[in-house]
Amino acid sequence: MTGSRERILGRVRAALADVPRDERPDDVAVPRDYASAHTGDPIPTLVDRLEDYKAIVHRVATGELAEAIAETARRRSLARIVVPPDLPTEWTAATSASVVRDDGLAVDQLDAMDGVVTGCAVAVAETGTIVLDTGAAQGRRAISLIPDVHLCVVRADQVVNGVPEAVAQLDPHQPLTWISGPSATSDIELDRVEGVHGPRILEVLLTGE
Amino acid sequence: MSRTFVGMPDFPTAAAEATRDPQLRHNLREATHTIRDKRDSAVGELDDWAQLRAAGKAIKDRTLRHLDVYLEQLESAITAAGGTVHWAADADEANDIVTRLVRDTGEREVVKVKSMATQEIELNNALERAGINAYETDLAELIVQLGDDLPSHILVPAIHRNRAEIREIFLRTMAEWGVPAPENLSDHPEALAEAARVHLRRRFLDTKVAISGANFAVADTGTLVVLESEGNGRMCLTLPETLISVVGIEKIVPSWSDLDVFLQLLPRSSTGERMNPYTSTWTGPAEGDGPRNFHVVLLDNGRTDTLADEVGRQALRCIRCSACLNICPVYERTGGHAYGSVYPGPIGAILNPQLHGTSGPVDASLPYASSLCGACYEVCPVAIDIPEVLVHLREQVVSGSGHAMEKATMGAAGWLLNDGRRLGLAQRALGAARSMIPRRAPGPAAAWTDTRDLPEIPERSFRRWWRDRANGGEGGQP
Repeated sequence: MTGSRERILGRVRAALADVPRDERPDDVAVPRDYASAHTGDPIPTLVDRLEDYKAIVHRVATGELAEAIAETARRRSLARIVVPPDLPTEWTAATSASVVRDDGLAVDQLDAMDGVVTGCAVAVAETGTIVLDTGAAQGRRAISLIPDVHLCVVRADQVVNGVPEAVAQLDPHQPLTWISGPSATSDIELDRVEGVHGPRILEVLLTGE
Repeated sequence: MSRTFVGMPDFPTAAAEATRDPQLRHNLREATHTIRDKRDSAVGELDDWAQLRAAGKAIKDRTLRHLDVYLEQLESAITAAGGTVHWAADADEANDIVTRLVRDTGEREVVKVKSMATQEIELNNALERAGINAYETDLAELIVQLGDDLPSHILVPAIHRNRAEIREIFLRTMAEWGVPAPENLSDHPEALAEAARVHLRRRFLDTKVAISGANFAVADTGTLVVLESEGNGRMCLTLPETLISVVGIEKIVPSWSDLDVFLQLLPRSSTGERMNPYTSTWTGPAEGDGPRNFHVVLLDNGRTDTLADEVGRQALRCIRCSACLNICPVYERTGGHAYGSVYPGPIGAILNPQLHGTSGPVDASLPYASSLCGACYEVCPVAIDIPEVLVHLREQVVSGSGHAMEKATMGAAGWLLNDGRRLGLAQRALGAARSMIPRRAPGPAAAWTDTRDLPEIPERSFRRWWRDRANGGEGGQP
């Protein structure tokens, strides 16, 4: 195995015989004149893009989040909801569904859940993307994957305009999941249809405007 | 054992057959035109597309020109994050490594995220020989696997199948592999997607080992990145205990911050979406979340040969978006199978001959599988000048053995065109004999004239007309 490591690196160096020996990686100029920060009001854009990809968006006044979650759970007939261990208890205070805090549930237990409620780390307006980084109010990756309905709470101050701002804010050492709408596929005649293996329903509760 | 591309005929032969298949022509035309329009509008939304494209090209060039540095950096970052790095010089070695890693777990089944690298090395067949079943979980890969078919597109390997054919494959084969398709399955895409969901659900929840590729490997952090749509990737990357990722050595980007470019370029070029539904990034195993054991197999398999060619090297910038396939007038008519490789289309026409060499008939024919119209270069998000590399590879092919007639013809043409006096004599002779020149060349050269109209030969050449005119003689029509 060590042999192949040295062999491959040796081949790479031999292949690059034309590269001057004193050239450093940074000597290869990368033009960075693309937009690193986009301007404009991100909230209407986020709503537009989320809806374009068949997510359902609710704009919820601060203080009405618990009722909005309860109403969504009722409408979707969610009897059992899994939540990350640190989800604020007031978020699920109004729902009549049974709320299960994830303390390392087995996959079959997760599979028996009708829905999941999480927060997020950042949302990207321009692409209609919500990023989960397993940080505050998000839990481990499996809980937002196995249940079929994902209710995701996004605070207005978590929304950025474009992808570059999100990449700059996120910590690559956390496992990240970038979510743009419910699961979908374009594999049949290159036409997009929603609903495959991931959650088939994504409802976004946008608060703190 | 699933089918392979071994023994495929050369491109002209395969293309001649494919273009006579009206169903294939219809499926491909529908699909490629749909995706072209979507890509155009997704790309058109960004004012800075040209700048992003230039940055993407330059970042990949930086990576390739210093690939040894970045490979070592990536290895130490992954190792520091708790992953194990393996190096595979060729397909056999990569297959041996993966087989051994799966065997070490004691498992006999693996789930797979769609991966071009594992297609390229025919990993599924190697695992099957070792008694390990590999289950494809991407919808299009599943269609190909169930149908005992070959992939024909980088992004959507079953692009050559329409909904009715997919329904038939599901009804016929799903039961052999696991959960059967419902008897009343319709051919609506929603129903077909639902059937795939039910078929694979239990497998995702139970399987202990997953195999993936990676769209990007970030050298400075050791992060791997997978873009997908269905959630099958998230299932495979999250639920199993062991994750093995097979990654071509050209997949590296130097820095985490470089992803701001590629996460804009790839989805818009590929599925024509602002962003694909799911992107997962991970840096080693995470405590209490996802696989505990994480292996990366770094694959060469001809990439260093490609890197050694200063013109052809740019093919390694490819981020496998498929925009060049979708726009290509040749691909639209022949489909992907004619290219005889898991990498079809314009990028395949420059990648395969470099990965494999041009000694085989298929690879030697691929640099000619193009009209050099340049549409592939226009849409490439990392500005690979595919026509330039095609012409470069044609030079390599003709400088090899064979092609005696072309070489003799070109030699004679060079002798004639390099000397004005000789050319004048030849033109005068042609003009005099013009009524006797046949419209169809004799012997094997007929293949050329059968598809091309010979120009009308004038009685008097331009040069002659010019001289007559300068001498005060008759101008008028040359």
